[in-house]
Amino acid sequence: MAAHPGAAAGKGARTVTFAPVRVDGVGLRFGRRQLWEGLSFELAAGEFLAVLGPNGTGKTSLIRMIMGLLKPSGGVVEVNGRAPVQARAGIGYIPQHRAFDPDLPLRGRDLVRLGLDGQRWGLGGAGRKLDERVGQALREVGAAAYADQPVGRLSGGEQQRLRIAQALVSDPGLLLADEPLLSLDLASQRMVTSLLDGRRRAAGTPVVFVTHDINPVLSMVDRVLYLAPGDWAIGPPREVLTSDTLSRLYGTPVDVLDVRGRIVVVGTPDDHGAHHDHGPA
Amino acid sequence: MYTDLLGQQFVHNALLAGAVVGLVSGAIGFFVVTRGASFAVHAMSELGFTGAAGALWLGLSPVVGLVGGSLVTGLALGLLSLRGRERDSAIGSVLAFGLGVGVLFLSLYQGYATEATNLLFGSVVAVSRPQLAGLAVVSLLVMAGIAASYRPLLFSSVDPEVAEARGVPLRALSVITYLLLALTTAEAVQVVGVLLVLTLVITPAAAAQRLAVNPATSIVLAMLIAVAATEGGILISLEWGPSSFWIAALSFAVYLAARAAGWGRLRRPA
Repeated sequence: MAAHPGAAAGKGARTVTFAPVRVDGVGLRFGRRQLWEGLSFELAAGEFLAVLGPNGTGKTSLIRMIMGLLKPSGGVVEVNGRAPVQARAGIGYIPQHRAFDPDLPLRGRDLVRLGLDGQRWGLGGAGRKLDERVGQALREVGAAAYADQPVGRLSGGEQQRLRIAQALVSDPGLLLADEPLLSLDLASQRMVTSLLDGRRRAAGTPVVFVTHDINPVLSMVDRVLYLAPGDWAIGPPREVLTSDTLSRLYGTPVDVLDVRGRIVVVGTPDDHGAHHDHGPA
Repeated sequence: MYTDLLGQQFVHNALLAGAVVGLVSGAIGFFVVTRGASFAVHAMSELGFTGAAGALWLGLSPVVGLVGGSLVTGLALGLLSLRGRERDSAIGSVLAFGLGVGVLFLSLYQGYATEATNLLFGSVVAVSRPQLAGLAVVSLLVMAGIAASYRPLLFSSVDPEVAEARGVPLRALSVITYLLLALTTAEAVQVVGVLLVLTLVITPAAAAQRLAVNPATSIVLAMLIAVAATEGGILISLEWGPSSFWIAALSFAVYLAARAAGWGRLRRPA
């Protein structure tokens, strides 16, 4: 473990000393099935890390480990130098889009408020300061106009905007997003990625972004963590997303093509011969 | 003659019991409806019946057996934290068996059949003073439980995935919900009977969901609807018909009206 910065250095030094996320020699095993082992990387402040790979390779499990909801079968996961469970308050989480019941009596404002103090016990009466923070978060993502509508009546893109406000309202030091673009139209996908990119540029908040399609985030990604069945690789997109690397990961010839700036992967074992470009065209 | 009835002690007891039980039923109903756990309420009331029938057979107070049966069911459901179809089929199988055991207990019980009828269909006008005091204490307990766990309870009901990420203990909240619900169910059985518990726990909350856009308003509305249906039902039944029928009828009328009103809201462009 890194040396403690000492009391004299104060609180500011702490955040500099520890990586926002440190994954060291981590393994994931379900029963007798070993998904990966020896996974190691450190996230840097303000970094945008895309986690790629086919279904069933533990992308969501990695996110759950960082949130302290899943124990690795080996190795250490740390968030800001602490056990993930103790760091939860500083993590903003954006799930994949899942439609709310249209009758759910919950406004966008209520959803965002839950991201602020929903985990605390008690009634939590009206507080002007908290309302103001919720209002601020809603304005930052451009959702103020429909903040008083029931969430179930909003479009997928509008709901995902509220999800981002919900994740940002607690002013997190780390953002985790698990397939946040799934089932969104292209315009909403751009909106989601640019809001997350804007936040990490403005506040230096690192982003771990699980996706099956690299293309919508290609321009903002610093590094890619590619999880393949039984193996993994991490590095800049132009190093990881190559025919050589992916062929090595899959143990079978895989071609990575650059088609007008879009990355297209052909020949992975889960590619059934059909058009496969890591996501919807 | 009607005014004479209104002066009677048993009518006062019934009205007070109705108010006490209506308030908690409406409040917990919000969480039941948002969690999609209506079937669980049915299971708790029917297994509460099994407990009550067992208590009658053993010569104990049926209320003790009722609360016991509901609580055991609630605890089991909360700990299992089943989801979706698995939950439906598991609850269905267990409650069918439990009801069968209840029938056995009743056949073994040599007492009055009225006791069984009261359990099934309710007998709010037969509520005694001590029973009323018991209802009030349990209601206070449930309301205190809801207030103490309100925010994580709401979070885990409407948005479990992010709630878990934020550190809300989902399983603990599930157990808390089902235990509070079991106590409420045992209360509602004493007013409307095993077979009509849903009319106080589900119908008012479902109606309120159609009318309100935020959780707090929805909960208060559900409480008001449940109390109004109970009191109205008891008052009309003094003139004619069983109170449980009128309570169910009023509650359903409000639900239909709310659906009609909510339908217009649904059509409105977002």
